[in-house]
Amino acid sequence: MALYFSKDHEWVSVEGDIATIGITNHAQEQLGDVVFVELPEVGRTVTRGEESAVVESVKAASEIYAAVGGEVSEVNEAIVETPEKVNEDAEGSAWFFRLRLADKGELDDLMSREQYDAFLATLD
Amino acid sequence: MSDLRTTPLFALHQELGARMVPFAGWSMPVQYPAGIIAEHRQCREKAALFDVSHMGQLEIAGEGAAGRMETLVPADIQALAAGRARYTMLTAADGGILDDLIVTRTPDGLFVVVNAGCRDEDTAIIRKAMEPDFGVRELGGRALLALQGPMAADILERLCPSANGLAFMQSAELDVAGHACRVSRLGYTGEDGYEISVAVEAAEPLARILLDMDEVGPAGLGARDSLRLEAGLCLYGHDIDISTTPIEAGLRWTIGKRRIADRDFPGHERIIAEIHNGPDRRLVGLRPEGRAPVREGTEIQDGDGRIVGRVTSGAFSPTLGAPVAMAHVESANAATGTRLQAILRGKPVAAEVVKLPFVPHNYHRQEKA
Repeated sequence: MALYFSKDHEWVSVEGDIATIGITNHAQEQLGDVVFVELPEVGRTVTRGEESAVVESVKAASEIYAAVGGEVSEVNEAIVETPEKVNEDAEGSAWFFRLRLADKGELDDLMSREQYDAFLATLD
Repeated sequence: MSDLRTTPLFALHQELGARMVPFAGWSMPVQYPAGIIAEHRQCREKAALFDVSHMGQLEIAGEGAAGRMETLVPADIQALAAGRARYTMLTAADGGILDDLIVTRTPDGLFVVVNAGCRDEDTAIIRKAMEPDFGVRELGGRALLALQGPMAADILERLCPSANGLAFMQSAELDVAGHACRVSRLGYTGEDGYEISVAVEAAEPLARILLDMDEVGPAGLGARDSLRLEAGLCLYGHDIDISTTPIEAGLRWTIGKRRIADRDFPGHERIIAEIHNGPDRRLVGLRPEGRAPVREGTEIQDGDGRIVGRVTSGAFSPTLGAPVAMAHVESANAATGTRLQAILRGKPVAAEVVKLPFVPHNYHRQEKA
């Protein structure tokens, strides 16, 4: 299972041609208390960079842009029911949605964990 | 970032792990590691300490200053007894609100607290009206701490036994843990509590004493905003501004009866006309359905899809576990119970007009004799 990161603070975990997408721990920390999540419909095809989900904290709303494109195969209803899970386990059980990758080549533009950590260090 | 002003508690905020943000030219804590919801609950259930030293504090000398202040605001300031505070607003000639503020009558003048964002403009307006007859002093050497919550009175009593003798909207110069302070029983959360004006040098020692108590936790601007919204209290620059009159904003109660009869405050023509005829639009509370917060700027439509208003403040209410908002809507759609729709990301979401506040106030009101 390969793990990738985007500059928009999403993680992408790939098994076969299925990618699981969530937001990073850094992203949930920046958001603060998450109170609302809206996910794409299963079956919708999203292209890379397309607005595909919404996450809102007490203070602000953020759009989630798909780090890779494909057809949405599954969404995590648990974080819609209990949005605070995103704060508790952003890089684990609080994944957002899964999609069937349209173009695996898009993964090449993402970062490894080490590269992402280095990227985070440049933000402060 | 280096040109931001810092309060005397800046080092303490950093030590506590606060996330600092720019706010009205100041570097202020938006939240601490506990997070906005935990800080919000801390205030509703126990007591929270806020640094509000960015707000402007002014002292105006002379008993006649109360009468002169009435050339700027529509409240009855002359009727205030010494040691009593009143919420009012600086009004413009067209009836718009220049800022909202708290005016306290002191034995020999006034003590005034204004918003950080309007500090310089307000000070200039007040100076122009007062000087040279009444001296205006900016209290740059004072910090302002707000201790808010149902346990605030018990806590402050330990450091200042007479503070609990104050009722809501009363104020006195008192000694708190050995520091000379002006203690006012009021706030911006809907809870019982105090604002404590204290010398800059004493601010951090006093804050540490308060934070060392088990019942007290620090709270930032994020919780301050969600608390005041639940309490239905207006935020200047959002729910009220130069284009809003006190009547539109539901602040009729702040206008003195004598002032209406005398018709002598800035903007009295429009404001008094709105008292008699009703304003064209009103500030209302909205409860949107579902969980999605409805944010400032969101358009509001009626059942026919006609735009009838706009959200001025919106957030997720930690107390209600649901979104709440305040909005300006046309008066015809402002009645409690009116079913409206908020346009959220292109989709209409049902929202009902409700009475403010969203969460009942818990003030320590003086018992009527």
